[in-house]
Amino acid sequence: MSDDLINIKVNQKEIQVDKNLTVMQACEIAGEEIPRFCYHDKLSIAGNCRMCLVEIEKAPKLVSSCTMPLMEGMSIITNSEKVNAGRKGVMEFLLINHPLDCPICDQGGECDLQDQAMYYGFDKSRYKENKRAVDNKNMGPLVNTIMTRCIHCTRCVRFATEVAGVPELGMLGRGENAEITTYLEQSITSELSGNVIDLCPVGALTSKPYQFKARPWELKRTDSIDIFDSVGSNIRVDSRAEEILRVTPRTNEYINEEWISDKVRFNYDGYYQQRIDTPYIKENQKLSISNWEESLKVLKDKLKTLKPLALIGEHVDLETGYAIKKFMSNYGKDNVECRTDNHAVLESLDSYRFNTPLNDIENSDLIILLGTNPKIETPIINHKIFKAYNNDSKVFNIGENISLNYKTEYLGESLSSLNNENLIKALKKSTNPLIIIGSAFLNKIKNIKTLKSIFSYADKYKVITKEKNNLNFLNPYASRVGQLIIGNTTNKLCEPFSNLKKDNFELVLSFGSEHIANEQFNNCFKVYFGHHGDDGAMGSDIVLPTPLYTEKNGTFVNIEGRPQEAKKCHNPIGSAKEEWSILKKLSDELSFDFIPNTFEQLRSELFDKHPILSDYHEIIAVENSTSITPDIEFEDCKAEYPISNFYMSDVISKNSVTMAKCVEEITSTPSLLEKSA
Amino acid sequence: MSGNHPGLSNNFSRSGEKFSWSKDNLRSIKNIISKYPKGREQSAVMPLLYLAQEQNNNWISIECIETIAETLNMPKIRVTEVASFYSMYNTRPVGENLVQICRTSPCWLRGSNKITETICKETKCEINDTSDDNKFTVVEVECLGACSNGPMIQINNDFFEDLDEESTKKIIDNIKEGKPNVIGSQKGRRSSENA
Repeated sequence: MSDDLINIKVNQKEIQVDKNLTVMQACEIAGEEIPRFCYHDKLSIAGNCRMCLVEIEKAPKLVSSCTMPLMEGMSIITNSEKVNAGRKGVMEFLLINHPLDCPICDQGGECDLQDQAMYYGFDKSRYKENKRAVDNKNMGPLVNTIMTRCIHCTRCVRFATEVAGVPELGMLGRGENAEITTYLEQSITSELSGNVIDLCPVGALTSKPYQFKARPWELKRTDSIDIFDSVGSNIRVDSRAEEILRVTPRTNEYINEEWISDKVRFNYDGYYQQRIDTPYIKENQKLSISNWEESLKVLKDKLKTLKPLALIGEHVDLETGYAIKKFMSNYGKDNVECRTDNHAVLESLDSYRFNTPLNDIENSDLIILLGTNPKIETPIINHKIFKAYNNDSKVFNIGENISLNYKTEYLGESLSSLNNENLIKALKKSTNPLIIIGSAFLNKIKNIKTLKSIFSYADKYKVITKEKNNLNFLNPYASRVGQLIIGNTTNKLCEPFSNLKKDNFELVLSFGSEHIANEQFNNCFKVYFGHHGDDGAMGSDIVLPTPLYTEKNGTFVNIEGRPQEAKKCHNPIGSAKEEWSILKKLSDELSFDFIPNTFEQLRSELFDKHPILSDYHEIIAVENSTSITPDIEFEDCKAEYPISNFYMSDVISKNSVTMAKCVEEITSTPSLLEKSA
Repeated sequence: MSGNHPGLSNNFSRSGEKFSWSKDNLRSIKNIISKYPKGREQSAVMPLLYLAQEQNNNWISIECIETIAETLNMPKIRVTEVASFYSMYNTRPVGENLVQICRTSPCWLRGSNKITETICKETKCEINDTSDDNKFTVVEVECLGACSNGPMIQINNDFFEDLDEESTKKIIDNIKEGKPNVIGSQKGRRSSENA
């Protein structure tokens, strides 16, 4: 028997468990469900709801199982009359001040208190005195509060402090007067604040935009992927008829754990604003409504004579990317580009993805942020860095002196600050250092030598070793890694996109990329495939409506190189058609070779060509890693951050009323007035 | 200004004036913090709240909380939580003399009700209220720990014990006139010796 295992009994059933577990965890292993409100496995243990009472043989009183450590030979009883009576007593106390407003409560139907009251509640109250009422508190534009319903589990307080890293929530007063509030009722300034809604076991904290919209049993659940940053958080999209009513996280321990960012949780109202619902053609400098037949005819004629270039936007899935590549191959090579932000990459996968598995970040003891602001670019990764920070990891920052929710040591604004003495000293001591280089530098690097030097530097200081590669490249776009894997880039790797010769192309096809509005394409014929009317669409000659990620199936590869599927939730708005079917139609009319007749065929052809992508949920292994050269030489470039405002980073969020409210109410709160503008 | 006990309110307010530590307090703070291990300086929040209350006319304003949070490098909400938890930190302004009347059983059996009545009458203010001239705030509190000398009251930092209506009135009158009072037993007992 190993030293770490001990023998215990749960309801007379003997089991062996890790001695570091609590009684509650051991009971779960034994298959006994313990009711709880305050305990949450991602948060510290509070032990204040008392719902998880169990009996332990030889203990005189019931004990709260979430706080009780295990002991050799312990015999736990979870189903005795005494336990049941204890829990019933606790439930009666919890319900004393809880209002009976389930019929008008948004939590109704998915409420822990409601569910457990079915097991442990009485059918009537013995409490004849006045119930207490609590004033509702402001927590910002996202979290709605009905504080009379609060049972003081303090999950939200612990979440804000321990996970979000913004100690702004607290419990004031005590006993009957206890109230949960933010400091002076200011808005929560976290990018992860929406998660308190899921954490709240009752209806005290609910979603403001979803208020009184639907009941959980009316909703259709679709599993999908967050495409508003590159982390690929797993989400569940709830819809009724042809409308998405809310977005909540799905647990994925490797990626987002149980959290998602406020952007994907709340920007869904933007899905239906400013939609392109029908084809448009420019006539007399003005876009006017057209139809598919006419617009495709014009496009076909142009495609017969003009040399095209395809731009890939930030929300393009792999299947679409593959169809674009296939279509464009009829015009030669190097005519598809997804690096529209001048993103510098090398050939191999390890030069543009996050090489450390996301759930390993917390094990690092030294983190260097190079031109990245993870707080607003990828809040989930920021949470992982915060975890590492709480494990006594040091965080260094190079680029702009940004303010994060943990302490960083600022070293300077250029890449050459990597040679800072303090940093070198710390690197030499560190056992598991990690570098994250973000778009602020990657988009500025013009010399291939600089990129290679970063690899050499990482090698020199043991960031890259035989066992691990902790040199990470971070960009905030969901489509980027996948598109680079299937090779949707013009081959000159460190060549900035803005250097593309305008004479070489006469026709630009933009798939949701606003860069079509760049000056370099002024003389080209512009075709925009997209779902939202943005600058890209406004300046184009033909605008074709395409579905949003929730309106079609698609594969996305997240930043660490993990392919995942976003599933179709409802039919496209208006007459939008999937990109591949448009390209298929054009190919047929231009007599190009384009075999897939259905989406499934397209997908299987993609997987045949790139078998590494077919293994969903697994991180792609690197086939040829970047070779390391000994010389280190950094070019001088000034960091320019790709996202300045978390709530307004893409065309969908820009069209969301909720996000606009966030900008107004949260970013104007003094504590968040940071260098993001 | 009536309603709750000033120490049992969750609503904090601003005084409108900047709060910065006095020189004496800065010295005491240094001393207090040195009693806690490094990295645990936040443990000093309670003594600091007490110092701030003393310096800030016997109440904790938002400015005090912010200064303490800054001094101890801790989140403001954490300071607010502590200040709201304990009833002896006043979260709203009180009069020059905070009269706390013990109403727990021993004092009550010895007639604390009458003491309360007398005080309310003499100071012209209700329980939890502050008098118009801002001289007195009267509150009822639970046991102050001088049970053998009940009934008793505490005015600011001083105990007045073995009270009856007459001696209570005298104490209040003396305060009004600016005259000194005898602290402790009003019957001449030393400490709680046999009467």
